[in-house]
Amino acid sequence: MSLEFTASEMMSVTAARALTSDMTCFVGIGLPSEAANLARLTHAPDVTLIYESGTLQTKPDVLPLSIGDGELCESALTTVGVPEMFRYWLQGGHISVGFLGTAQIDRYANLNTTLIGDYREPKVRLPGGGGAPEIATNAKEVFITVKHSKRTFVKDVDFVTTVGFGRDGKARDNVPNIGRGPTVVITDLCILKPDPDTKELVVTSLHPNVTREDVIDATGWEIRFADHLDTTQEPSAKELDILRDLKARTNAHHSGQQ
Amino acid sequence: MAEFLSLKDAVSRYISNGDTVCMEGFTHLIPFAAGHEIIRQEKRDLTLIRMTPDLVYDQMIGAGCAKKLIFSWGGNPGVGSLHRLRDAVEKGWPNKLEILEHSHAAMACAYEAGAAGLPLAVLRGYVGSDLPKVNDQIKFIECPFTGERLAAVPSVRPDVAVIHAQRADRKGNVLIEGIIGIQKEVVLAAKRSIVTVEEVVDDLGASVNACVLPSWAVTAIAEAPKGASPSYALGYYDRDNAFYKEWDGIARDRDTFQNWLKDNVFEKGAA
Repeated sequence: MSLEFTASEMMSVTAARALTSDMTCFVGIGLPSEAANLARLTHAPDVTLIYESGTLQTKPDVLPLSIGDGELCESALTTVGVPEMFRYWLQGGHISVGFLGTAQIDRYANLNTTLIGDYREPKVRLPGGGGAPEIATNAKEVFITVKHSKRTFVKDVDFVTTVGFGRDGKARDNVPNIGRGPTVVITDLCILKPDPDTKELVVTSLHPNVTREDVIDATGWEIRFADHLDTTQEPSAKELDILRDLKARTNAHHSGQQ
Repeated sequence: MAEFLSLKDAVSRYISNGDTVCMEGFTHLIPFAAGHEIIRQEKRDLTLIRMTPDLVYDQMIGAGCAKKLIFSWGGNPGVGSLHRLRDAVEKGWPNKLEILEHSHAAMACAYEAGAAGLPLAVLRGYVGSDLPKVNDQIKFIECPFTGERLAAVPSVRPDVAVIHAQRADRKGNVLIEGIIGIQKEVVLAAKRSIVTVEEVVDDLGASVNACVLPSWAVTAIAEAPKGASPSYALGYYDRDNAFYKEWDGIARDRDTFQNWLKDNVFEKGAA
């Protein structure tokens, strides 16, 4: 029997499945945080979640609105200062996965969270880099989750806030002490992975009921599909229940009704 | 030894027009009461430094206190843009705002280097990022031992650090608990510091490894109950997430913002 689910739910469940219990994940706020906590509440109860506010091994009951909500600190194994967080734990090599969102992503998985338009005359000013530039290079690998649209999936980002594989796909070549970079991008339509040689993002799996045309229409470059194209497994009833509970708890909490 | 002052006197005595001011608190213990006092005293031409500008700097920028902002993430966490910051950057309202942006890792290292009395911080950062193209304060150096290319940024050594903490004892020693961010570093990096606290107590009740700033490392302490609201103070009150969401509507429009400022800042005196 097929369950009813939304494209966003499909995205969160698929992103959650990318994490396993043996990973130490540096979590970005928003979609990555939702996916990471869903993983912890379903198939990966021992996944270690770390937020840049210094909270190590945290287990929030509701999703944080900010990266430093009290919930993260109170449910953490311990909380360290921000310099220690970035220097010892991230730069020191203790993070296996950086889990990031973005405003724009290009064919080489470079991320832009700085601005749309020209730097000195921005059309839209975005928040900026935050922790992402160093998470993306100091974590052993990077997962990205973002909604698929032509505005977001552009051929070349307006500004490389956070490097994927650079403008030519070669930014990580011969750089010492750098992580593998993005290994998977999960959207509400599909899963993409970098081509092993060129590093250009290629669709490797379509979500149920999504067509190639849907992805082509939502991507700002001539997107390639893997020779062997999978269909992503549907969310299970359990995954959907837990995700919906988590979101309901979170919404009630942040609107002040606890 | 730290001097106990009213918030009004502390701001008036230790913050001058044109100063470089760091108001820190990484999503926790954000010194809102002090920010509002700076707005009331109409301080001008400040260079404001803060990793996550948040609502406090949105308010101060909208009120015209700042000429320059150095930051690493300028948004309303989980909600969206800081509209006053954007209006200043995109439209120059109420005045032009120069910005200099970093990554979190670089700023955290820059504060730490400031506390350590060093001129620069070194990190394995900014690889492949366009940020060094728009920020001339980001350079690259070669490690003299391994030859590795590393990023370097100047340390942060502000005129004034402003932070909020849970409590001080009567001698002026300060305890910070929970998400401690870069509060200790910023106070030690600054020439002068103002610490607002929820309360002044006989005994800090600090554990042996707690984050404590000794009285002799702090310039002034002002009691400001709920001084971090709408952010939070662990052990005292929660983050007012509903207000963070409301702020989006308040700050979006110049008139709505100015009315809010009048009712909630100018017509309210310091506690």
